[in-house]
Amino acid sequence: MNLAEGVQFISLGILGVLMLVAALGVVLLSNIVYSAFLLGLVFVSISGLYILLNAGFVAAAQVLVYVGAVNILILFGIMLVNKREDFQPISKAWVGKAATGAVCLGLFTLLSSMVLATPWQLSTATPAGENAIEIIGLHFFSDFLLPFELASVLLLMALVGAIILARREYIPDYEPEDEQKVLTLRERPRELVATSSDNQEM
Amino acid sequence: MQLEYFLILAAALFCVGIYGLVTSRNVIRVLMSIELMLNAVNLNLMAFSNYLDPAEIKGQVFAVFVITIAAAEAAVGLAIVLSIYRNRDTVDMEQFNLLKW
Repeated sequence: MNLAEGVQFISLGILGVLMLVAALGVVLLSNIVYSAFLLGLVFVSISGLYILLNAGFVAAAQVLVYVGAVNILILFGIMLVNKREDFQPISKAWVGKAATGAVCLGLFTLLSSMVLATPWQLSTATPAGENAIEIIGLHFFSDFLLPFELASVLLLMALVGAIILARREYIPDYEPEDEQKVLTLRERPRELVATSSDNQEM
Repeated sequence: MQLEYFLILAAALFCVGIYGLVTSRNVIRVLMSIELMLNAVNLNLMAFSNYLDPAEIKGQVFAVFVITIAAAEAAVGLAIVLSIYRNRDTVDMEQFNLLKW
């Protein structure tokens, strides 16, 4: 094992331990804001693992999309649903947790024994490395053209659907007279006073 | 031996995601667990792409598609969570029994 392999191995160990500990924190911590920030840590360490796998472009896309968009979106969701509620305790909740833990451990042992038992046919071709972006672009515009275009349509549908779902519904209490000509997205007026008093109570 | 390390890491992350998906009661934590599982799948794809198909990196292309779908899923999922929260005034998974009998 030369120096480069040693550095790779140590980085793999550090990033893997960081990722697993942060993922356990996401699942097990009781404060959900800590969970959201630890989720960002998971995404960053996975991006580091991608760099170890010779994939700089996907690592950058991971940081941009997951840390920059999805994690911020989840933080905004937590802020919009800022209700400190103590959940009603369910009787015998520990049975479900123990059963789920047993199933997860079993699945993990199954998967890892399968991974260790399979003889992988490792390829000896030189990795794409720096040319990865060009090869990915070539794939996008030749043999993966249809999924690429469908992904853009799906993103548009998700955008419109998220706006429609999250919008406050408009319930007409009165007939608008002159507003008919104006093309606006009407929504229910917010109860600003009520929400501010709710926040002060917390 | 390196491929096995990455695959075992991805399997562990996937199992943590499943545990959080089943046991957590806050809806937003359920969404986070789904993101963890999607990331585990992505890690698998990238490991296979690097070790079994390093010249034509189709695994990276698939990973980019999975990232796209995950972004769309997070947006729509959070919109559904907001809509349910506005109607039911709770984020408890056990009280979302709209589709039960």
